[in-house]
Parts: sequence; C-alpha cells; structure tokens
Amino acid sequence: MSTAVQDPARPAAPSSEPRAAAPAAERQRSWWHLPAGLTVLALAALLVFGLRAPVGRGTSFRIAAPGDLNPGGILPGDVALPAGGTAIVCAILCLLIAGVLWFFAATSRALGRRARIALIVVFGLLWITAFLAWAFSGSTVDLGSLLQTMMVLAVPLAFGSLSGVLSERAGVVNIAIEGQLLFGAFGAVLVGSLTGSVWLGLIAAPIMALVIGALLALFAIGYQVQQIIVGVVLNVFAIGITSFFYGTVMQQDPTRYNQPMRLPIISIPVLSDIPVIGRVLFEQNILVYLMWIIVAVLTVALFRTRWGLRVRSVGEHPRAADTVGIDVNRTRWSNVLLGSAVAGLGGATLTIGTGVAFGEEMSSGKGYIALAAMILGRYHPVGALLAALLFAFADALQLRLGTLPSGSGAGIPSQFLLMLPYIVTLFAVAGVVGRVRVPAADGEPYVKQ
Amino acid sequence: MKLELRGITKVFGTFVANDSIDLVVEPGEIHSLLGENGAGKSTLMNVLYGLYQPDGGQILLDDRPVQFSGPGDAMRAGIGMVHQHFMLVPPFTVAENVVLGHEPTKGGLLDLATARRTVREISARFGFDLDPDAIVEELPVGAQQRVEIIKALSRRAEILVLDEPTAVLTPQETDELMAIMRQLRDEGTSIVFITHKLREVKAVADRITVIRRGRVVGSADPSADQTELASLMVGRQVALTLDKAPAEPGDTALQVRGLTVTDEAGVTTLDGVDLDVRRGEVLGIAGVQGNGQTELTEALLGLQKNVRGSILLGGEEIVGRSTRQVLDAGVGFVPEDRTHDALVPDFSVAENLVLDQHRRPPFGSGLSLKLKAIHERAKEAVREYDVRTGSVDSAVSTLSGGNQQKIVMARALGRDLSLFIASQPTRGVDVGSIEFLHRRIIAERDKGTPVIIVSTELDEITQLSDRIAVMYRGSILGIVPGDEDRDVLGLMMAGYTVEAAREAVAGGARTTDTQLVDEGEIV
Amino acid sequence: MSQAIEGSARPVAPGTANEPTPPASEENARREDAATLLQRIARGNVLVVVLAFVFAFLIGSILILVASAEVRAAAGYLFARPADTFRAAWDAITGAYAAMFRGSVFDLQGFTRVREDLESRGGSGSYVWGPALLRGFKPLLETLTVATPLIIASIGMAVSFRSGLFNIGGTGQLIVGAVAAGFVGFAVSLPPVIHVLVCIAAAIIAGGLYGGLAGFLKARFGASEVITTIMLNWIAVYGLAYALTTSAFTGANKAQPTSPSVGENAVLPLIAGSQNRLHLGLLIAVLAAVFLWWLMSRSAMGFRFRAVGSNPRAAEVAGIDVGRSAIGVMFAAGALVGLAGGVHILGTEHRLTGNVAGSIGFDAITVALLGRSGPLGIVLAGILFAGLSTGGRFMESNQSVPLDLVQVIQALVVLFIAAPPLVRYLVGLRSVDRPGAPRARGRRAASPAAAAPAPSGSSAAPASSSAPEPRSAGTDTKGGTA
Repeated sequence: MSTAVQDPARPAAPSSEPRAAAPAAERQRSWWHLPAGLTVLALAALLVFGLRAPVGRGTSFRIAAPGDLNPGGILPGDVALPAGGTAIVCAILCLLIAGVLWFFAATSRALGRRARIALIVVFGLLWITAFLAWAFSGSTVDLGSLLQTMMVLAVPLAFGSLSGVLSERAGVVNIAIEGQLLFGAFGAVLVGSLTGSVWLGLIAAPIMALVIGALLALFAIGYQVQQIIVGVVLNVFAIGITSFFYGTVMQQDPTRYNQPMRLPIISIPVLSDIPVIGRVLFEQNILVYLMWIIVAVLTVALFRTRWGLRVRSVGEHPRAADTVGIDVNRTRWSNVLLGSAVAGLGGATLTIGTGVAFGEEMSSGKGYIALAAMILGRYHPVGALLAALLFAFADALQLRLGTLPSGSGAGIPSQFLLMLPYIVTLFAVAGVVGRVRVPAADGEPYVKQ
Repeated sequence: MKLELRGITKVFGTFVANDSIDLVVEPGEIHSLLGENGAGKSTLMNVLYGLYQPDGGQILLDDRPVQFSGPGDAMRAGIGMVHQHFMLVPPFTVAENVVLGHEPTKGGLLDLATARRTVREISARFGFDLDPDAIVEELPVGAQQRVEIIKALSRRAEILVLDEPTAVLTPQETDELMAIMRQLRDEGTSIVFITHKLREVKAVADRITVIRRGRVVGSADPSADQTELASLMVGRQVALTLDKAPAEPGDTALQVRGLTVTDEAGVTTLDGVDLDVRRGEVLGIAGVQGNGQTELTEALLGLQKNVRGSILLGGEEIVGRSTRQVLDAGVGFVPEDRTHDALVPDFSVAENLVLDQHRRPPFGSGLSLKLKAIHERAKEAVREYDVRTGSVDSAVSTLSGGNQQKIVMARALGRDLSLFIASQPTRGVDVGSIEFLHRRIIAERDKGTPVIIVSTELDEITQLSDRIAVMYRGSILGIVPGDEDRDVLGLMMAGYTVEAAREAVAGGARTTDTQLVDEGEIV
Repeated sequence: MSQAIEGSARPVAPGTANEPTPPASEENARREDAATLLQRIARGNVLVVVLAFVFAFLIGSILILVASAEVRAAAGYLFARPADTFRAAWDAITGAYAAMFRGSVFDLQGFTRVREDLESRGGSGSYVWGPALLRGFKPLLETLTVATPLIIASIGMAVSFRSGLFNIGGTGQLIVGAVAAGFVGFAVSLPPVIHVLVCIAAAIIAGGLYGGLAGFLKARFGASEVITTIMLNWIAVYGLAYALTTSAFTGANKAQPTSPSVGENAVLPLIAGSQNRLHLGLLIAVLAAVFLWWLMSRSAMGFRFRAVGSNPRAAEVAGIDVGRSAIGVMFAAGALVGLAGGVHILGTEHRLTGNVAGSIGFDAITVALLGRSGPLGIVLAGILFAGLSTGGRFMESNQSVPLDLVQVIQALVVLFIAAPPLVRYLVGLRSVDRPGAPRARGRRAASPAAAAPAPSGSSAAPASSSAPEPRSAGTDTKGGTA
C-alpha cells in the first residue's frame, strides 16, 4: 500500500556464517535525508517567518487563562514577544539542531535513539513557535484553546487511523475509513435521536460502522476483490446511502431523526484547571478518553500479546501463519470488523461528540487524512495518534487564523494549511523521513489450497 | 510414531498430482521420498500436513486414521514440517517465530522469556548457535533452516518432514544437517526426507520410496544401485553425461576486471571479480547460492546500481550502460528465476518471445508493434524448441516449467550474440528438457559465442563447462579446468582456495558425495 | 468482466478475450465435467452484469420505499388495508425508475408535446418528426454530454489499471486539467480553432505533469501511487479553492469564487443544436477510445506499460526502464484525465468553480472497472453511468428521490460485478462456486504494494508458487511442485 521495502534480490549472504553487519563507517545511503530536511525547514523558518515578519509587531502567547489553576500567578497570563525576533531566534536554534544532526550523521557517530527523538521534538516545538509568532503577529495565540480545538479535530482522525492500523496490520488495505466514519456519525445521530439517548447513539455508532467493515471484509477477504477498489467503492456507497437518507428521512423530520445532541463533558476536578493542557487532557467527553485508552491498549495488544503476534504474522506472511495453525482469514475478518467499530467511534465524534446534527458528506475527507496519519505513523497506534494530532493541529491553526481580526496575522491562506497534511504525507511516503515499512502481505488476499 | 498413507489421491483440475499413493514410515527411520521436480512429492506432504485436502485416501498415525482440516491439526498430531520455502515471518525474532501459534503467555502478555529458553534448550541439544533475539530476515539461509527445525521440534513433532532441505546448503552444511537427522532418528523421530538428489538419499536414508508423475513407482533401500534409482525416478534410461566436442576457444571476448558491487545498505556483495571468457568456450560459475553469482550476472547486464571496475565486451566498456544498451550489444541472458525475472505471466508466448526485442525491426518500429512479424517469430521458435503450447497466443503462465524455460532460452538465443549468459538454465525442468537445453547451450558455444553458465548444481557445471570459476562470498576463489576433481570443487564452494582444496583432497579429505563415488556407486 | 477484478491482484485483466488467464483455464478445467448447462450460463459474464444491475436496482427500490413518506404512512395501516401499502410502494418505485428513464434516454411527454404542437400548426412528415424526436431524445443527448468527460477520464484510468497501477488521482488530475484549460481559455485571447486547441493542449500537459508527479514519486522513491494520488487529489482541491480567491482567477468579481467564462474561441462547438449541450468533446472521447486501443494493443509503449504492470522485474531484465515506464503510465493517464477536465470546462462548464470536478474523478474509476478497461466497454459503461446520473437528476426534481440513490446503485453495481460468486449465490446457484474456493491467482502480481523499482514479487508463478498448477494437456512436464 505504500513504499515497498522488500529487497528483491537479497544480497549474497554466504551461508556458512552470518553476514557481518555493515561496518559503522558505511553509512546508510539515505543518511543525509533527515538533517537535510530539517535544514531546509529551519532555513524556511528563518527566511519566511523571521525576516518577513512585520517589523515592530508583537505576538502574544496566552499561557494561563483567567480561572486556570495558577497559584500565586506563577505563570504569566499573556506573554508578548516581538514577532520577528522570536521567529529569528527560534529559527537559528532550529538550524543549530540541524547542524548537530548533520555532524552525527556525517561522522557516522551513534546518536542514541532517545537523544535523536528529543532533538527532533525540540526542533518541532521551536519551529512551531517561530511559525506561530509569524502567523499570529499583531494578535494573540491562545495556546489552550488552540490545543483544545486540535484535540477535538484529532479524535476522529485518530480513531480512523487506528481502524487502518488494525486492518492493515492484518494485511487488509483499508481505504474505506471514510465510509466507516460517515456511517458511525450517521448511526450515532440516528439512534440517538430516535431513542433520545446520546449514550445509545454512542453504542450505535460502532455497530453502524461495522456494516462497512463487514462489506469490506466480505468482498476483500471472502471474494478476494481488489482491496483498494472495494475501499474506494465502499466510500462512494457510504456517501451515497447516508446522503440519501439525510435527504429523505432526516430532512422530512429532523427533530425525530437528526437531532443535534452532545455527549456530556467529563471534567476531572483540579487537573482540568492546569493552564494550557488542563482542559485539553482532562475536560473532554468520553470519546477522547476512550481514544487514549484504545491507543494504549492497542499498542500493548499488538506488540506484547499472543493476539498481536498472530495478527502481525498474518499481515506479514500469511502462509507461515497458516502452517502453524492460525486461521488467516478469520483473523483478518475480526481485525477489519474491530477496526471499523473503532472508526465508528471516530464518526460519533463528528456528530454527538461535538453536538452537531448529521450533514451530507460530513466526514469531508477525514477518512483519507486518517489513512495518511496511519502511514505517517508507520502503522503503529502511537505513531498514528501523533500524526493525527499533527494534522489536527494544522486544521486548528487554519480555523484560528481564519478568525483573526483583519490587519493582523501573516495572511496565510487557509487552503494551504488544509493542504498541509497531504503534503506532509506525500513527503513521508516518498521516504524523505525514512522508509515506511508496510506489512508485507498488505493488500494480498490469502487463498488456502 | 508410525505414519501410514493409504491411497492418497489429489487432483487439481484435470491434473492428478497424487494418484493413490501408499507410504509407510516406521518410527525412528529416515524415509526418503525421491522424485523429479513436479513428481508430486510436495503435494503429498502438503496433504499430510493438512495444507491440502486429499480427494481420496487415508492418513493413519500409529494405525489410527486421522483427518486434518488444517496444519494446526497436523501439528497437534505430532507432525512437523520444514518447508522448502521457509515459513518464517521475516521481521520477527527467532523466538517469536518459534512460538508463533503456540505462544506461552504470562498474565495475558507474551512470555518471551520462556520462548527464548525453548530456543536455547533445543539449540543446545543440536549444537546450533542461534540468538533467540536475532531478526530472522537478517539470518543466513542455513540458520533460517535451523529455526524451522527448532520450530518443529518445539512442538514435540514425532514425524518430521524435510522438503528439499539441502537446496540452499553448502556440502558442509548438508553434512551437518544429515548429522542432525541421524541424531533425531536415534531419539525416535520419524523423518520424511524429500529430495531429488541421489547422493543425499544414499547417504542418509534408511528406506527410499520413488515417486514419478504422482505415483509410487518403487521402493528401495540405500544399497540400491544409483543408476537404477535414477532410471526409476526418471522413468527411462538416463545419460548422466553430455556428449560434447572439446571446446575450440578463440580470442577473449569478455574481460572483467575488479568488478565490485555494493548493495543499498552499503554491503559489498561482489568483491573485485576478475574473469575472462573466450569465444567458443563455456565458463561455468559454481558456488552455493547467494555467494555473489546473482550480483555478477546482474552487473554484467547493467541491472546493478553501484558497480565499480570494468567489463569489456568485445573491447567496449559496458559498466554504466543501461540494461537495454547491454542487450543491444548482443548479450543474451537467461535469468535464474524464470517466473520472477524472465516471463510476464499475462503475456502470450509470442509477446514473451519479443520482450527484449520489441523495439527493434522486424518486431517493431519505435512507435508501434509489428504483430505479424512477432507472430511469425513465435511460430518459428515454438517449432524449433518444441514448445508444447496450444497456441502462440496462449498466456505463458499456462505452460509447464520446462516449456517456459524453453521460451526464455529461445528468446535469449534468437539472434546473433556477442555473449550468452545463462543462470540456472535448467532449474525445475524435467530431465528430457534438460538434455535438450544443454545441447542448445553447447550448440551456441560451437557457433563461437562466449558462454557463461551459472549453476548451483555441480553436476550441471561439470557437464557443461570448459572452465569452472568457483565463487565464495562475493569473490572468485579460483578458476579451474572443466574436469577438476569434484572434491576440490566441493571444498572450494565451502571457501577453500584451489591450492588448499587440492592439498586437502590429496590428504584424504572427502565430502559425503565423494565417499559414495569411491564406493563405486556413482558413475 | 468477472475475472477482471475478482481474478487477480491486478486491477483489470488483460482486455482481450483470447488471452486465457490461468485462473480461468483452471477453473474451467476443474469444473468442466460437472458443469450443467445452467451453471455454464450462470458463469457467463453477461449474466453477471445483468444480474448485478438487477440486484443494484432492487436494493435501490428498497431504499426508495424506506425513504418514501407515502409508503411509510400506508405501512402504518398495513394490516387494515395492505393493498394501499403495496400500491404506494409500487407507485414510488415505478415513479422513480420511470423518471430515471425519462430523464436519461427518451422523454415521451416532450416528444408528444412537440409533435402535437407542430401538427396543430399544420406540419407533417419530417417537419414534425425531426424536431419531435430531437425533443424526445434530448435527455439522451444530455446523457452523452455528461458521458463525454467521464469516458475520457475513464480511459485515462484504464491506461493506469492495465499497466498495473492504481491511479486514484482522477479528481486531482481533472482539476488541474480544467484549471489549465480554463485559465488559458479566459486569460488569453487567440484566434478561433487555435484557442481551443491550445486550451486542450494545456489541459493535457497539466494533467500529464500532475499524474507524472505521482509516477515520478513511485519511480524515484517507491512511493505507492495509491497514496500519492489520493494526497494529490486533496492538494488540487485546496489549490483550486485558493486559486479562486485570487484576482488572477476570479477576475473583477473577487468576492465570488468562480472564474470568468472562457473566451468564445475557446469553447467547444455544440453539435446537436443550440437546445442541447452536446458538444464536440464527444468526438474527442471517441478518439480517446481509439487511442486507448492503439496504445494498449498496438504500440510499443503500451507493450512496455503492460509488461511492467504484469511483472516489473522481468521487464527490467528485458531492458525496459521500469521507472520511466511508471512515469510514462502516470503521465499518459494523467494527460487523458486532464483532457477530460479540459473538455468538461471548454464544452460544458465554461467557467471554473470550486466543485468543477464533481465526482467525475471517482466515477471514472468505477466506469473503467465496469468497462473492463477496454475502449468499447468504457464507452458503453460511461454512457450507462452518465445515464444513471442524468436520469437521477431528473428523478430528484420530478419525484423528489435524492440523486444520491444513483450513487448507491453505481457502487452496488461495481461491487456485484467484482464478485460474481456473490451474484450467483444470490440467485441460488450456490453450487457453482463458493467464496474462498480454491483459485489460482497471480500472487503479488503488480500488487500496489510492489514499488516499481523494487520488483518484489510479480509472478503468477506456476513453478515458484507452492500451489500446484495444473498444466494444460499435452505438455511434457509439470511445474516444480515437488
């Protein structure tokens, strides 16, 4: 489904003894990708964010909002910084980090994995600060509410990409995430409205999404139809059928069939008052908490349990799994169904999670972004979550920037920020930041003799 | 455990792969299943292992009939199998592969400590040196095979099926494997040993059953005469040698100097190879699979990326040229794996025959194809090579292996060549076709074309070659005359230099193969 | 048609019928003796197609019933007056489908009205029949208008499918083509004929480059074209949205996110009178179909495309540049889809809007599949799908059944056709085959996972696969099964 990494002709490995690992002096051919990429980003930050920022304009960063837990006012409310200066400083620090990575890569010196990741994270934070200083110049960045928006937008993406992880780890390509989200959103509102209970709506969402999952499994596993085609067609089907019922049944009697309702916010006392991150982490509806739980459970389950080992073996080498008595197609079926149920929860976020009624094609491509998040997250639940957060952050920024008072801000067209996830994914699948290892049997039907 | 197969029949479409096969394997014996490629040995074992459902017949374990709906059932009944194509999950560790399907757990989580212990225990028993945490895809094939054996033994297999286990091993590794088989037998395990190599059968088997065209055609014990076994296996008298006139080598046509190839990961896979091939001679390249032969042929063809050194073909440098340019320079190439590297399965016989020639007259102009000329060429080639196909428009994937190989050969030899390279020219081909293909290769040599033959089958190398180069770990260990002592070649394949190998042989070193030669059992 | 999508990992089987694919020959061989006449008919592709439509429309009928307020009202007293329910149901379904026919093929009412009108004015003979028939077939002409870009785009899709690549990027390539043609159309002023040709060339080049970009990413980095084309779709969508906020594209009226109309010289001329929108693009569609035939079965380039699609490794060994082929395929596919976008703008839309591509990009995938990626099949399938949507649009306004029903029916048709065993199962011919029944197939053949430069696997490998492959009778050996 993405960059295939199998090496066609495995190099000559003299069979008498294991091939000696490549000596440290022989670098991977792609060793320069990461430092070069970061350098380009840092330079862009310097040239665009730093030097093109309007002179003399400042950017305020709102850290602690009134009412936050802020004993004795330790944290400042708003921090006002010069836009250009902040961006330049951050960009230069970014360049330094890139330089450090160049050094280690070029001299083939081992840099601990943790240190590397830490450096990249710091780079990311600095870069974003530079960007914010520029983009919001002359205005205020309310970090708390920005992150809050991000979280709301990230939840459907995260659930969707977890659906992808579940089914693709077992070797079934899941392009139908969009349809699963849509069915989940539709089912949540429909059942919620009919029964008057938002909780029943919450239960209905995954069940509804199971329909798409079951169809995907039936055609992809049962009838071995090309999986990409099934996915694309199922998305068309899902959009068609939900729009059809939206246009008929729901429109005829919205109060009965399409009532906006919202899951209650569960606020954890004290913790939710922590500045910036409090509301984001501890004042959310159940779906957000469920997302954290599912990511954690899935990570453990995939990599630490018997079930996970079997699922991965089915996705990597189904025949080998079969020869040790694992029922390949049953595993695939159950994973696709499980995945679609998870995506259904993501769909529920779109309606009962945010308190809006169902609308035609309301998933609006989120399924495809979720797919991208799954790939960028390298088929790992945590990676998928991080990628979903990143994409949601871009979306949240776009929304925030759209509401800036005229005359402030850098005037970035919202469309560019909307494009961002797709461009990032394009770079990711092109292997600019390391190759994505796809489950070897992803997309291949398994046929027993 | 005693295994008995009664009247096993397996039909695919109209093709009877197993026709009422009977087989009895006594506890604690090594029972060899001998047969040509395509005789139905693997099918039979896949039936036994529950991978295929038989269309008739019965499986009995210790005289009790059993039915397997899948490999899980067979494993539970005590049958283990080491597949020809390893059934290992490449990115998993050794321990994970060994426990897959019967994983120990602790508190709901995988208990990898126990898994590692299992691997270590079984390794210790057989003297394997395996790290339980090594990633399988990073292990050499010999070690992967041991993982397969541990996998079977960790499930307490009482019947172990080994499907062509020696194809990827050096003679030394083969000897080690045989020692393991004997040790297992002595511990009471029944072993079914599938192979087409007579020498190995005679070295290790307690009993032999010969299968041809899906039927049992006879059984023998290891003392049986080798030629007798061979003719039983093939179904007629076989000439184990090839009649050919002595070579009349001309001037040097191909000159390879310091050829070095590194792969994507920066590992040197071909290391400073020097070669000369003259017109009208066959240079055989011997060696265990994976010692750089593939890289050598691919470098000659312009299929490798990081190539240093020089290749002069008729005085012209071809390093750095594209594959297309190399082919245009008159190089004919038969790749080692016809289905993977040579044939386009959906294409017709005719289309496959012009795959590398479709741009050039008479088969095409730059823009469009000349269908009529392509058709004519196909008919001619089918006639000349006796390709059994319904029509030249049939998809090539509907043909048998031997006929497919003839098409690959016909394509490579279908024009005047400046160099002919054939890699594994007869792998997976029936004996009748082998003779035909070998004669074609010699005919090409006699036309004055320089020929390179790469093969892991020592028999093939010694039959065809006028000179033999032995490759080991990416280098050429030495080039010896075509009639060099088999023992010397065997030792060179294991990494001895020519001098060291000759010295060792002179001092009495023997491989299993040649012990049999000494006993006068191999012609 | 069945084997096309069901049979192998490739999107579409080779188009011509005289190339037996191994699954087909094997299946036939296995069942020849047991096959009854009934089963043999059931196995036929035509029947599967027909049944697929029947089932799709049946499910569509159920949707109409569920959605119809009258039917639900009548169902409320089902047991009191069952006939009411059935009458309401019958009316709803026939009403909807009759409207669909009237909206897509022949408008009897319009025909009669014109005829009577002309006759009442004393006309007779061809003076009456000519205009009346033209009026009657107005929906069909509209169907052909809608079919035009769809057919061209599907032909682009077919090029990639038959070359083993999954181009999901129809939307993006269409937008880029439309933007290029549109921009040249309204921003430049050129003499007649030349202007329209330049616009079309711009569409072809832009679409080709956009498609070629995905091909390049595949060739150079091994990035799956499925993912890159999906991403490029959205990039194009937002790119267009952005462009329509700039003055370069919106002209004077910056508040309105639409472009000015293309110049008069850039418009494709109408060919069925000014009353109908049918334009010269239809001819371009026919030419594109001929081009597809030539490219895939007569040209050397198509030969290479197909070879790489079926077994990239073997193609590489035979001296074909696999990376260049991937770029070429995606360029050709993108160029054709871009052409479709250009034709759409120059013939029908005349101005750029944010939603100019509509669903053509995705519909083209289904049409190409339905048409088995062959020229004739695509033309027919394109007209069929276009008819469904024009009919659906009429049905929506006339019977207030939403157009989305058509989308559902189209999706169902493709699903059913992709899984013939399901169709046979539904009509009770279960014995013919079961899901998951053993079937030899090209393992990994041109699987989308296989990156072009990494010919990881590709063989419908009789000898290397562990599955025993039956041989055709008369061959001397069997493959390496032992």
